[in-house]
Amino acid sequence: MANITSKSSSIFNMTSRTRERMITVITWLLLAAGALIMIFPIYWMVATTVMPREDAYSRELLLVPPNITFDNYVNGWNNSPWPQWYGNTLIIVVTSVAGITFFGLLSGFAFAKYQFWGRNILFLIILSTLMIPLQVLLLPRFLIVAKMGWANTYWSVIGPHMADIFGLFFARQFMLEIPDELLEAARLDGAGEFTIFFRVVAPLAKPAIAVLVILGFSARWNAFAWPLVALTRQEMYTVQLGINHMKGYYFTDFPAIIAMVVVSVIPIVIMFLTFQRYFIQGIARTGIK
Amino acid sequence: MSTLVPSHADHYPTYFHRWWSLNQKKVVPYIFIAPTMLIFTTFVLIPIVYAAYISFFKWNGISEPEFNGIRNYTRLLEDDVFWTSLKNTILYTLGVVPLSMILGLLAAIGLNRKQLPGRGILRAIYFLPFVISAVATATTAGWIFGDTFGILNKILVELGLNKVQWLTNRHTALLTVIATTVWIRMGFCMLIYLAGLQSIPSDLIEAAKVDGATARQQFFRITLPLLKPTTFLLLVLNVIYSFEVFDLVFVLTNGGPGYSTTVLTVFIYNSAFQTQSVGYASAIGMVFMAIIMTITMIQWRISNEGGRID
Repeated sequence: MANITSKSSSIFNMTSRTRERMITVITWLLLAAGALIMIFPIYWMVATTVMPREDAYSRELLLVPPNITFDNYVNGWNNSPWPQWYGNTLIIVVTSVAGITFFGLLSGFAFAKYQFWGRNILFLIILSTLMIPLQVLLLPRFLIVAKMGWANTYWSVIGPHMADIFGLFFARQFMLEIPDELLEAARLDGAGEFTIFFRVVAPLAKPAIAVLVILGFSARWNAFAWPLVALTRQEMYTVQLGINHMKGYYFTDFPAIIAMVVVSVIPIVIMFLTFQRYFIQGIARTGIK
Repeated sequence: MSTLVPSHADHYPTYFHRWWSLNQKKVVPYIFIAPTMLIFTTFVLIPIVYAAYISFFKWNGISEPEFNGIRNYTRLLEDDVFWTSLKNTILYTLGVVPLSMILGLLAAIGLNRKQLPGRGILRAIYFLPFVISAVATATTAGWIFGDTFGILNKILVELGLNKVQWLTNRHTALLTVIATTVWIRMGFCMLIYLAGLQSIPSDLIEAAKVDGATARQQFFRITLPLLKPTTFLLLVLNVIYSFEVFDLVFVLTNGGPGYSTTVLTVFIYNSAFQTQSVGYASAIGMVFMAIIMTITMIQWRISNEGGRID
């Protein structure tokens, strides 16, 4: 009797397990097919850049490059002042990311851990600016930056990029989890508020700093609309503006333009693949909480 | 007694030091938020007030501004390009939001299966387009969707089908822009849904299985209702993103051909920086902001009510 039930239940288990396995296989096939569609544009982007121009502009369908060349990279790199544009981008990105991270942590800490007059109303004002679209700000911000004498300077881009609502929000969420007792203990030991921030809070916030730096870097590296307005002189361009500029001038040489697109994308892709965990954590957190 | 830092509490060399050690906890938070507040005031709050002010002037950005009351706003109501770009923005949103959310949800459900080989790689592939800049994507899309040398049309010809004017036809250009955006946004939706799925306790699903619920019932009765907060969040984020899309459209089509892909942001940009109607552009901006705020408020209201019913 006991034997029969155990036998029938094992058969039942086996069929349900094969069923589960079947579902896994079908799921995998569908996901892999989807992944092929997702990756194809990126594959084609890279494939284009290693084809000789005649192949890229032939009417034949060449899904795999029959001839390989790196001329497109050489042509693309040489027809525009890329070293200058990369230099501009690095200066702007590094300074703004340092600003976002430092000021974000400072204000996030203040909003999370201090009681002060006007705290809630100030936080509410900052949050409500989330509803202001960047495109509405471009013009008046440009007029103000011009009045400050900042037009076509690094500061015109760095300044507005040094505060970021998501950065502040993320830093504040993180700081809320730091126990008050820890700060009180440091105060009892005679530490001032600045010492507490730099010696106690900042070291604890390393994971938050990693997320802020990584997300900030990719956002500032990819920024387009505001730099487009603020930087009108070619020698001040960032990489994104450079690509947009090249697209207007060398539209008959797409393989060279795309080669420069690939170069511009490589740092972000490497960063994403290396720090995937932080990317995902940061986006899931700022999105969800 | 060991201390973290040398203490000033036991001796007060100056009046300032005494005041400081008594009051620093009240003063320091203002110092901490000062840089952020300064940047927000200079680059967000003042500009928005300034834009509201300019919107009542006729101005080309160079000569003396001329007050003209609400005429910029009445002009807007009669401007066909405004209505076209509003229509395009809404169509774009109606295309992008459901498509990227449904595809993202399906991918997330698939990727949430345990024992799926290559889960990490698949997830990275789906998310990769979101990491790449809109300028890079738009430039590459311009090449892929090209009429003669674009790879898609070459494939269509090889299959014996007709070529499609992906970006050069008034009726297809917006669809092409939507498809490109779904390619970018789908991985983002997948990621947020994946986080939502992972927060569902697995014993809840197990309990349903024991009670004999079919896979369909499990999904529609348990998983989907529990994902409601995630869905609301994605809806808010995606609608706002779609309304505010600029980089991709500007680089890919610049609103063309004709005005067939001109969305509100591109219309504002071109009015401000191409035709130099600075006052008019500000008025469009104000209306645009009012639209965004209305949508956000409605969505908040709905999501709060949804929360109360549960």
